[in-house]
Amino acid sequence: MPITHIQKPVIQPETDCDVLSVSDLHFSYPDGHVALQGVSLKLCRGDKVALVGPNGAGKSTLMLHLNGILHGKGEIEVAGKKLTKDNLPTIRAMVGLVFQNPDDQLFSPTVFEDVAFGPLHMGLPEDEVRARVDVALEAVRMTSYKERLSHHLSVGEKKRIAIATVLSMNPSLLVLDEPSAGLDPRARRTLINLLRELPITMLVSTHDMALVNELFLRTIVMDEGRIVADGLTQDILADEAFLNRHGLEKP
Amino acid sequence: MHFDAFDRYHEKESLLHKLDPRVKALVTVIFIVSNALLPDGAWLAFLLAWLFVLVTNVISKLGIGFTLKRSIIALPFALIAITVLFSIPGEPLATFYFLSSQFTVTDNGLLRFVSILIRSWLSIQMAILLVAVTRFPDLIHALEHLKVPAILTTIIAFLYRYLFVMTDEVFRLLRARESRSGGVAGGRSGGGVVWRAKVAGNLAGQLFLRSFERSDRIYNAMLSRGYAGRLYTLNPHDMKSYDYFATAFAIGFIFILQALGRL
Repeated sequence: MPITHIQKPVIQPETDCDVLSVSDLHFSYPDGHVALQGVSLKLCRGDKVALVGPNGAGKSTLMLHLNGILHGKGEIEVAGKKLTKDNLPTIRAMVGLVFQNPDDQLFSPTVFEDVAFGPLHMGLPEDEVRARVDVALEAVRMTSYKERLSHHLSVGEKKRIAIATVLSMNPSLLVLDEPSAGLDPRARRTLINLLRELPITMLVSTHDMALVNELFLRTIVMDEGRIVADGLTQDILADEAFLNRHGLEKP
Repeated sequence: MHFDAFDRYHEKESLLHKLDPRVKALVTVIFIVSNALLPDGAWLAFLLAWLFVLVTNVISKLGIGFTLKRSIIALPFALIAITVLFSIPGEPLATFYFLSSQFTVTDNGLLRFVSILIRSWLSIQMAILLVAVTRFPDLIHALEHLKVPAILTTIIAFLYRYLFVMTDEVFRLLRARESRSGGVAGGRSGGGVVWRAKVAGNLAGQLFLRSFERSDRIYNAMLSRGYAGRLYTLNPHDMKSYDYFATAFAIGFIFILQALGRL
């Protein structure tokens, strides 16, 4: 099979800080609950950033804004492109959003079809779709699972396939919602190694402070719809009083 | 935790397993339609149709009685046709009283009832064999290639994917109820019928709400990967000469059977 221009994501040495830029984002749910009150952040190319905060802090709401599923007041730019109604499809291909529950993410009967879903909907030719599926499954070490049925997989396997389903779109930003929740230690370890190796900019929401400490240089702390801290992980984790104030624990 | 009770696919290396899913789906549908079209009491044709079922069973290497055993579960549904026993005019065979009304079984009624029973029994067996020798995703692809509307195939695909998730959900809910259905030592556990019904109603409501919210999350996951109202699939199937031959043979056989049934 001829392989047509697969673009493996590459880290660029210089720090382009336009992968993601969110400025003054406000959002309230239809029932009146205020979820985001002026969130601003910037991600640079190659950044791996943890997003922590108590339940209800607005982490998931923020993530759903990054590819335009929710529309709040404020500006979002992905790779220098402003998020508008017209370029939603482009933005969605650039922001790979992995949901917390892999059963929600894997909706096709077979693993292959799920991983092919993104590229197919981008309108890519068949050879390219197949090549991308192979590369994505290789990246999460699940090549032999191609023809398996999703509902026969373990949670850890489903998690990795869920990541492959967005990798196949060659996103410039990977957004993960609580990737280590519900995993046993071995599956968690495999996932951590995978996240470490993936050469993509990523924003990871989590409650797993040990994971934050191990994997991420930079941490963003959210509480009550605001960003209350954004800095080096070691600095943030050193301030125990601050962590306790925002319902977090030192690992 | 996986609940595989609905997975009816049986892995085997057989000619029938290797046949293109389009052929299998098409022949099954034609066979079922042919059964429905056979006149009442076309015994020779029924016999040939049964022979067809038995032969396909043998070719599938699942055993000659494979579909016979599994078809019994569907027979109670054929009892819906029981009213034809009394409603077709003809020579009376027997009369009995039930709830102060008189019911008369006629010979034409009996003939039609038995024919309906045989038709549905043969058709069910073919359908059972179809899902036993075809992987479900292949079957859905086959339906797509046979120009079944995308909305229907999509609904079937989602139903199949989430049946397992929902069964797990039901069992989790039931287990949570069991775990809290204790009793005081010496006393009877559980409340009255009304109370129990209310608990069951709450469970059903919970299941609906959870499914509803899940569908929302799934839709978001689809949107995130570029879904815009149309589903796309790749074509993994090629018709080979063997597939054409099997189609021709099966359809030819069904034609002969129809002709004999109308002699």
